[in-house]
Amino acid sequence: MESRTLRDQIAAMRQSFFDEGILDSQFTQLEQLEDRDNPNFVEEVLTLYFRDSANLLATVEQTMETEPTDVAKVDRILHQLKGSSASIGANKVRNEVIKTRELWQQGNQEGAKAAFLELRQEHGTFKAKLEPYFQQLRQAGPVQAAMRPQGQQGGH
Amino acid sequence: MVDGSAEDMGLMNNFTVLVVDDDPIICKVHDLLLKKFGLKPQVVENGRKAVDLCLACGTFNLILMDKEMPVMDGVEATRELRAIGVNSLIVGVTSRGSPDEKKAFMEAGLDFCFEKPLTPEKITILLHELNQNN
Repeated sequence: MESRTLRDQIAAMRQSFFDEGILDSQFTQLEQLEDRDNPNFVEEVLTLYFRDSANLLATVEQTMETEPTDVAKVDRILHQLKGSSASIGANKVRNEVIKTRELWQQGNQEGAKAAFLELRQEHGTFKAKLEPYFQQLRQAGPVQAAMRPQGQQGGH
Repeated sequence: MVDGSAEDMGLMNNFTVLVVDDDPIICKVHDLLLKKFGLKPQVVENGRKAVDLCLACGTFNLILMDKEMPVMDGVEATRELRAIGVNSLIVGVTSRGSPDEKKAFMEAGLDFCFEKPLTPEKITILLHELNQNN
């Protein structure tokens, strides 16, 4: 009974991520890659993403503040961050990256720096929401693929 | 959805696959996705290594080529691979870029260009293509 309540909570949590636009259908694609041989694939990918994206964001911030500014380097890193965010279904984070990058490419460095602050905040929110989700998943234990929480999926 | 028939498709001709991308997350996702189809991809992180690998070890049936990479990008790598006579199915895998950027990438010698990330549906299309060519 407790396990079912926990699974209901996890399902509701997961659904809320799609409803709020935090995740999109690419996350579901990752979930579908999990199987007996790769039971924790999604958490592994997300853990890798949190580590790499934190480093990329720190590098962007540092590069933006360095004079003379390496404009191309910031653009390159934002491009990479866009790709990796898209690959895990981090919809809102990806959108903030796109916004920041567009301003940067337009030469509006002050605007891009302001957008970057929002990007970093969104990234922090994303991590703060997903980490407890995976903790609860681990607590609930392995689940058969057929019993994986289903729900409405967000689009790109 | 990846299923048994998808895995059979990959095993039918024992296709060799090379993933060329500098993003470790993309590489991890694409690696498992391809394995679901019974494929065993090799992974390198830039175009220079892709070209060197093809020169040293022979070609691959399928090369999945990222566009923006350090050392040698996907456009240059594709151009160089075609110049040395590589006739693999080379598929560009890009983040959303402008039509001009995609056009330049295609003109370098790609057979297809898909947006990141790859999906089972896109892999299925590529395997159909490989099966037809073989």
